[in-house]
Amino acid sequence: MFKSCNQPFRTQLAATTILDRMGVLPKEVEELLNAALVAELTVINRKGQPVTYPLIPLYDGQFIYMTSSVLFAKKLEHMKANPRVSVTITDPIGAAVEPFRRATIQGDARIIEDDLHSGWEGHVGDLWIAKEPIVKDLIKKRFAMPLFWERSVIEITPKRGLLWPGGRTDQPPQQFSTEQAA
Amino acid sequence: MADSTVKELFEDISSYSHAVIAYVGEDGYPMNVAADFKPNPAKGTIELSRPAVPVEPVEGAEVNVTFSHIRPYPGVGYDQRRYVSVWGKLTKANGSLEVTPERTHGWDEERMHFFELCERSVPSAHRYMQKLSEERGEPVKTKMSLGWLIFLTTRVPFLTATFVPILLGAMVARNDGFSAWWLFLLCLLGGSAIHLGLNVANDVSDATSGADFANANPTMFSGGSRMIQYGLVGLKTMKMVSLACYAVGIGIGLYLTATRGTELLWIGVAGVFLSIFYTAPPFKLVHRGMGEIAVALGFGPIMVLGTYFVIAQRLTFEAFYASLPVAIFIMLVLYVNQVPDRPADEKAGKKTIVVRLPKNAIVKGYAASVIAAFALIVVGAVTGIMPIWTLLALGTIPLALKVHKALTSHYESPYELMDGMGKNIMLHLFSGLALVLGYLIAVIF
Repeated sequence: MFKSCNQPFRTQLAATTILDRMGVLPKEVEELLNAALVAELTVINRKGQPVTYPLIPLYDGQFIYMTSSVLFAKKLEHMKANPRVSVTITDPIGAAVEPFRRATIQGDARIIEDDLHSGWEGHVGDLWIAKEPIVKDLIKKRFAMPLFWERSVIEITPKRGLLWPGGRTDQPPQQFSTEQAA
Repeated sequence: MADSTVKELFEDISSYSHAVIAYVGEDGYPMNVAADFKPNPAKGTIELSRPAVPVEPVEGAEVNVTFSHIRPYPGVGYDQRRYVSVWGKLTKANGSLEVTPERTHGWDEERMHFFELCERSVPSAHRYMQKLSEERGEPVKTKMSLGWLIFLTTRVPFLTATFVPILLGAMVARNDGFSAWWLFLLCLLGGSAIHLGLNVANDVSDATSGADFANANPTMFSGGSRMIQYGLVGLKTMKMVSLACYAVGIGIGLYLTATRGTELLWIGVAGVFLSIFYTAPPFKLVHRGMGEIAVALGFGPIMVLGTYFVIAQRLTFEAFYASLPVAIFIMLVLYVNQVPDRPADEKAGKKTIVVRLPKNAIVKGYAASVIAAFALIVVGAVTGIMPIWTLLALGTIPLALKVHKALTSHYESPYELMDGMGKNIMLHLFSGLALVLGYLIAVIF
């Protein structure tokens, strides 16, 4: 079902390449972020354990955004205590790009929640509706699930990441860093 | 983890295409990366392909392995959301990684509807907003516009239950040669005020008893307005709104009694009594399985006869008879709406008929009641108690059949039953309007 990796990792790691960039991330990674309907966000809880949440990723060329309702606020508490996060896009069905690829981006999260009721609409509303059009209709009926629509914004500043151009994570990835892009 | 839990876990994850392993790197940042996986039932572990990453997870580290799935709907969004998350210690063997599951968490929207997931998370939302309030030194609350607050708190759409019998009472009076549109409007206003007061009082009672807090499956037709549970309206405000509504209704009733006849007093007192003690102690009628009778009487004979008397200043058997099918249909609205609420109602000691009796009896009870209602219409029309045109109400029989089918098929599934609940409300509304139309045709011709 899967291939095993017999050689020591370091001899397999490809040299870091500077990939084509549009925003702060390589083009291939940005295409993936823009196409993905789901990504896995890993945060660190107070016990130092990783906790992963499937969420829809949004990207504006500079930051990766996600949003969380107050109904599911545990992740927000984790990130407030420890802002270090990792986002990976792995699902060929949830991220339809050709050719298929996978990426992991590590960065620092900031929680924006000065206005739970409508602040998120200003920050990420357009990006979210562009990816998930049904949200526009659902927002009009937000009275039906009022707590679900009280939301915080998770703004992730990418620092560095890994790209597997063919999607095979057992193959050495290309590494990138936003510091390199600056 | 117990062997049975591990076995269930392995069955759950077998449908996923890949795993995502997450761990904390030496630099303090989490790393997550896709990996192929294979459950090993013999060892009780999950084997993962070894990803090529700059820093591997350390042997013995606690890692998190997540499996997630969606089905995209181009141009809309996605559905079939499910995920499983597993934590356990990592070992490395034969070039692959192995995780021994220690605890697990997940959600599958085909097993637990998203609405239910949200309802179960409401206390968590309140805790978070309370924390924010303490941090900021000012209250952080759920918000809603005043218009929607009023509309949803009082459950205005439910006023069809009042509109139908009052309109019918006015039409029966018109058929007997009596009419006064302004009296009709006063009856409508007073009846609506009492009904809205009842709706809000019911929410207060169910919040106090815990029935609504225990209800993880409310729908747009059942489980109350949720205004208290969502922190949108406080208990004290709800009580005041209810009292204000009752004050308006009783005030109008007293005026009509004074101007139209003291016989109305007894009808009004009976109506207010049923409305208040529907949930209030010491009678708490709905808690004793008498809610349906109370609703049938209140939204049937009391409203129809009350309106008829206000306009015609007399009481007749024919007006009483016309109220009976409407009484049965509105009783059935409550009856069916209580089906999804029964686990929470039972927990709160609210022993409605639906809580007391098994599914078979409830479904048969629905059928028998619907047959009785339509039989009353036929007998009434054929014998001349009601105009022959009231047979138009038989056109709603297909709705009744659909509701019966929905009750049979979705008794245990609140969200699947919602369509049936909606059709049941339409049955009351359209059968009532058809009766009104029958009387109107008789008046015109």
